[in-house]
Amino acid sequence: MSFVSQFKAQAQVMAGDLRHRKIIRTALRNYEIVRDVRKASFQDWQGARQLAAETKWQAVNHLDKHLEQFAAKLESRGTKVHWASTAEQAREIVLKIVSDKQAKSVIKSKAMTSEEIHLNDALEHAGLNVVESDLGELIVQLRKEAPYHIVFPSMHLTRDEISELFQRELGSAATNDPEELTMIARRALRKKYLTADIGITGANFAIAETGMISITENEGNARLTAALPKTMISLIGIEKVLPRMEDLALFLPMLATMGTGQQLTCYNTLYSGPRQPGETDGPEEWHVVLLDNHRTELLADAEQRDALHCIRCGACLNVCPIFRNVGGHTYGTTYSGPIGSVITPHLRGLQDWKHLSSASSLCGACTETCPVKIDLHHHLLQNRRNAAEQKPSFGEKTAFKLFAFAANRPALWNFGKKMARIFQPLQGAVQGSALDPAKAWTKTRDLPPLAQESFKDWWRNRK
Amino acid sequence: MSEREKILGRIREALKVEAPVPGSHGHDHAAPASPSSTPRKWLPKVGETFDEQLALFAKNAAELKADFQLFNSADEARQALTALRDKDKWQRVAGHSGDLTDAICPALGLPLLPTDKPYDVHSLEACDAGISQCDALIAQTGTVLVTNRNAGGRALSVLPPHHVVLARRDQLMADLPAAFALLKQRYATDYPSMISFITGPSRTGDIERILVLGAHGPKKLTILCW
Repeated sequence: MSFVSQFKAQAQVMAGDLRHRKIIRTALRNYEIVRDVRKASFQDWQGARQLAAETKWQAVNHLDKHLEQFAAKLESRGTKVHWASTAEQAREIVLKIVSDKQAKSVIKSKAMTSEEIHLNDALEHAGLNVVESDLGELIVQLRKEAPYHIVFPSMHLTRDEISELFQRELGSAATNDPEELTMIARRALRKKYLTADIGITGANFAIAETGMISITENEGNARLTAALPKTMISLIGIEKVLPRMEDLALFLPMLATMGTGQQLTCYNTLYSGPRQPGETDGPEEWHVVLLDNHRTELLADAEQRDALHCIRCGACLNVCPIFRNVGGHTYGTTYSGPIGSVITPHLRGLQDWKHLSSASSLCGACTETCPVKIDLHHHLLQNRRNAAEQKPSFGEKTAFKLFAFAANRPALWNFGKKMARIFQPLQGAVQGSALDPAKAWTKTRDLPPLAQESFKDWWRNRK
Repeated sequence: MSEREKILGRIREALKVEAPVPGSHGHDHAAPASPSSTPRKWLPKVGETFDEQLALFAKNAAELKADFQLFNSADEARQALTALRDKDKWQRVAGHSGDLTDAICPALGLPLLPTDKPYDVHSLEACDAGISQCDALIAQTGTVLVTNRNAGGRALSVLPPHHVVLARRDQLMADLPAAFALLKQRYATDYPSMISFITGPSRTGDIERILVLGAHGPKKLTILCW
């Protein structure tokens, strides 16, 4: 099945799934309240957005300079920096490191880049034991599912479903108390931290000036992943750079505000190297893998370059009427929601993924909420335009030609109108059935009857 | 050509075309040389005086469910720490050496696992509490700023179930920009390999978005300040 028919089929099912809609509505209700409280605590939220957009603009539009600076600083402190043009190269780099270390087990903290390159599959295929340590990620890993949402991976599940999952996969006792369920995961993962050979993380920001990565998290799992295993690997998209360390004074609270409605996420941690002389813990080796994987193609599209400003807060997903109705998995992509619809055609092919840009009401809620001012809904329109220019649709072109032919000939047009008034009642009799010529439209909408007198006739006959 | 050169080459090629200015919806191409403002202009207000900022830190800590206790002397802090020991029946604690920890921790009369010397991670995991100093307290967000150099390494503040921070009043900073300025001033030539902004005890909302404390890090965060 093609990506588009898969999307349509699943969207149809999900949009009618009232239980799913209720879960998502409940999950997001509190988010909306706390997010707005946090936004209001800023002296001027719009000023903060503009500064964030300008800072990211500067970072991305001098990306070469910033990446060189970032890599040189990291290397000067003993970090090994790898460059990967493709997902395959990135997987190979990681597999080479784990085989050099003769590693058997890997503990991971949440990284969307790792989902993007399907790293877990590759590691498991190579015989490694891989455990996700973020609670939401662990839940979807045990269910053998992709994350539902880039910030809340398991928001589509109820506590009862999670309890059943833990009973089956972790052998725990039945409970529907979120606190007990969290403690089950805590206990199960403690052992893994202490014994894992390799810790894998992502990063939220890469600071060019000082050669640091910044990881934002609430649980402490990334802190442990970066403290206990002997080898640490961080997989980072090249667009994550910020020019200066003090830029974080703005980005950390903005990410927390829009991501989860917190003033600041529980742990925001900067790493600038492996264990240094005189330090008593932390990894002996640290590998940073810089991932392109079609990001430079998006960079080359100056019109949509600002999509690389994205800080993956998930705010545009939360406000999107399409996301809230069809759900995260329906997209079939690593990045879902408005930002996913904008960037996936660049990352995975315009013709295969152009349908996501049409699955939009163009309401602009995403653009309005984006903390770094990405012009999201305009980019959806640009994707539609680019897709049509690249590969025009024969049916659409023919339809417009026929329309132009008729509309330019008043006699033909008037004849058509008369015919339509005569035959429309016949269509009404078969509306929605297989015989209905307008079925694609009438399946979900009404086809209003034509007025018995057209405006033109009325104008001519007035008085 | 190495992948590094290939990626940088593609970036340079792509950047030959200028992107429109942020917020101009594609209309304006004149590039800003640098951002037109600084974060402090937009971030939440913190109050002018030390007392206002101290009150703000206390308010933020309470919202975060961190336990912030303010004292007038080191003696009171010692008493508070031993009270914690008795209440939670601590058997074993971990810590590191420093002017505040050295002055306060011996009052506990418990064996102390030092994490600023080579240590066994399983022993640290078995500790009831980790006691550390910090680099600063940040009023704006109720944050404790630690580095692995000044707070006993990477794991002490996150592996034991209870993290106790010892701090002096003069370590309170107004806001995040001040904290980054302090880091630059203190470490610019040689940064600790880990710098962490700890804002409340470990938490998760991954099950039905319901707040649970103590996901993987400490369930309790206590800040003793004098």
